[in-house]
Amino acid sequence: MKHFFLASILAGAMALPAFAADYKIIAPANPGGGWDQTARTLQTVMQSEGISGNVQVINVPGAGGTIGLAQFASQDKGNAGALIVGGYVMVGAILTNKSPVTLKDVTPIARLTGEYEAIVVPASSPFQTFGDLVEALKKDPGAVSWAGGSAGGTDHIAVGLIAKAAGVDPKKINYIAYSGGGEALAAILGAQVSAGISGYGEFESQVKAGTLRLLAVSSADRLEGIDAPTIKESGLDVVVENWRMVAAAPGLSDEQKAAVSADIEKLVKSAAWQEQLKTKGWQDTYLSGAAFDEQLAKDVSATEGVLKDIGLVE
Amino acid sequence: MSTFEFLLQGLAVAAQPMNLLYALIGVTLGTAVGVLPGIGPALTVALLLPVTYKLDPAGSLIMFAGIYYGGMYGGSTTSILLNTPGESASIVTALEGNKMARAGRGGPALATAAIGSFVAGLIATLALAFVAPFIVKVALVFGPREYFALMVLAFVTVSSAFGDSTLRGLTSLFVGLTLAIIGIDQLSGQARLSFGIPDLLDGIEVTTLAVAMFAIGETLYIAAQGDKGPDKVEAVKGSVWMNAADWARSWKPWLRGTAIGFPIGAMPAGGAEIGTFLSYAAEKRLTKHPEEFGNGAIEGVAGPEAANNASAAGTLVPLLTLGLPTTATAAIMLAGFQQYGLQPGPLLFATNPQLVWGLIASLLIANFMLLVLNLPLIGLWVKLLTIPKPWLYAGILLFATLGTIGANPSVFELGMLLAFGLLGYVMRIFGYPIAPVVVGLILGPLAEQQLRRALAISQGDLTTLVASPVAVVLLLIAAAALIVPLILRARGRGQVLSQLAASED
Repeated sequence: MKHFFLASILAGAMALPAFAADYKIIAPANPGGGWDQTARTLQTVMQSEGISGNVQVINVPGAGGTIGLAQFASQDKGNAGALIVGGYVMVGAILTNKSPVTLKDVTPIARLTGEYEAIVVPASSPFQTFGDLVEALKKDPGAVSWAGGSAGGTDHIAVGLIAKAAGVDPKKINYIAYSGGGEALAAILGAQVSAGISGYGEFESQVKAGTLRLLAVSSADRLEGIDAPTIKESGLDVVVENWRMVAAAPGLSDEQKAAVSADIEKLVKSAAWQEQLKTKGWQDTYLSGAAFDEQLAKDVSATEGVLKDIGLVE
Repeated sequence: MSTFEFLLQGLAVAAQPMNLLYALIGVTLGTAVGVLPGIGPALTVALLLPVTYKLDPAGSLIMFAGIYYGGMYGGSTTSILLNTPGESASIVTALEGNKMARAGRGGPALATAAIGSFVAGLIATLALAFVAPFIVKVALVFGPREYFALMVLAFVTVSSAFGDSTLRGLTSLFVGLTLAIIGIDQLSGQARLSFGIPDLLDGIEVTTLAVAMFAIGETLYIAAQGDKGPDKVEAVKGSVWMNAADWARSWKPWLRGTAIGFPIGAMPAGGAEIGTFLSYAAEKRLTKHPEEFGNGAIEGVAGPEAANNASAAGTLVPLLTLGLPTTATAAIMLAGFQQYGLQPGPLLFATNPQLVWGLIASLLIANFMLLVLNLPLIGLWVKLLTIPKPWLYAGILLFATLGTIGANPSVFELGMLLAFGLLGYVMRIFGYPIAPVVVGLILGPLAEQQLRRALAISQGDLTTLVASPVAVVLLLIAAAALIVPLILRARGRGQVLSQLAASED
């Protein structure tokens, strides 16, 4: 009976395109990537939970999300029904691309999900532990090639942080950027590079099959169900998490912002969302309000520091 | 159960009437959306994936397979009929296919594309079922230096598609290579030639350039000629179907296209376009009718179309065996698989045989449905050409614009579409070939990235480029392809060769 009511509300909402709770979500990336998947998952859950009757996902790809962000900030000003998905990679891209539009020009609502970085080597690699890898890095930074996602992204930043913590000049790291963890995976499996770094999900099935050796994860504490030490355990104080967030348009009133925040909170608390997190292997890192604003500011300044160290930002 | 029994079981499930209907719906939807220029298979699958969620796992998997193959195939129809490639892998199809269509042979061109896609899809899907684990081992041997050698080979061989003037062909190619530099450099994250315009940071979209050069440029060219345009389009001359000679000339290119497309599709950084380039170049060298190349040679449609579809199946090799999505389409499929509880990776064939074989059986059925749907439609498609020119080209403009806006809703993108359309028009007037521009845009970044990655890994040691047997063999083939024609020409056989390099446009 409850489902019937929900269904009729849904049907009603779809019949009225001007219904107040319609949302449009900008995925500032091509179909298929993490942001696109986040946006499409938001869409599915919002509709199935009756938070919004009509949700549209629009892909505006390019330049680490900064193109979508710029378009969103200018075209959707004051539109309470518009959302954009973003994350840590966007923070780095804004800095490296010298984007005129930053996260200050939109209304960040909440952090939603996160994924820790994993450092892997091919099964045939001489490096048995993370310590071995760090030793080699200290000896000759150029001889250790790291394959990971795009330049200036989370993976690159993590390598920079590891080098810095190990007392190696981050400018000397030999980072080989691929368009994503997937393409990098082929290079790691083929032992074309010394080590690989990306979100754990990219490597999970290979690690389980024994074709890749998991040396370390970038979380603060050991992760449940993953048999690997943290980077911290090896004495390097590095914790990196690739988080994803949702933001609303600039120029919203406090009431409008509160309404969007309430909708997102309802979504995050729903069973359907939790179910989706589990199937996709995303950590629930929900954080909103002032706590999120504070964390975001911290992440931005830390990222800026690392990118300067690596030499990507002047 | 053995491999074969799993496959038969999967086929039995997929052949149930309801599932056949789902396959038909999937193929129809996929083709319909894939036909729009600018909307490639990736967006097609992303848009239609939610439709499949409502069904049971078997049904949704089958509809999904239909959408995938339908989307991959859809691009060839507009390439052939309207000279408007729906996606980058059907750019080569437009070269010969559109010439055939204008000579009243659109029917056989569409038929050889459809049957070639079917043959290639069938062989490649079976290859996926039986040799995937082996192929993937070979593919992993390919590192940056091997890919670079492959790109060198591709550059050398596609130069045969440059038309009768090498200088003009090279000029076009360098225009493409220059356009390819625009945007953020992937390896250093720094912007190049973007002039502070944020929209240029992501570089130039291949489909935008291709649609602009081919469709918009062509439209302007036709419009500028007014009523005295010489190339009167004949809708149908002779039979709509393939005749005996067409069959005789098509079957070998189908098989060769499959043999080229499947392994290249299976390589993590191969890509569907490169297979079509290599197939086109191969057919041009092997044909007994070199004079027809550039004027509508059926081999030039049969080979690349087969290569295109074979590489679509090839893409599934790293996806299923490594969990490695090598194209945007594959990445979306990965999301789709997770919906059915499938976690692609090295253990997939062992842990989830029913679903894997169900998928492979679904692909076979979808492939068959594609043929069933498209062969009868050919008669109808060809009638498109009987539409009066002003209406037809107005329609092409509309669809080209819609497709571009659909893929990337931005005013700037639309401006680029028009600007490149003008460039295409000007190049046409002065007799510069169009295809090398697009080829340069596709191959340029691949070659550059792989070269720089290889050198970064070796810390600047150039000998790394010839330190692997695979790379050496590929470079030697490239050198032979470059030098042998020169020697032949020097020995006075230049006539044959100048015919080989017959005009493209």
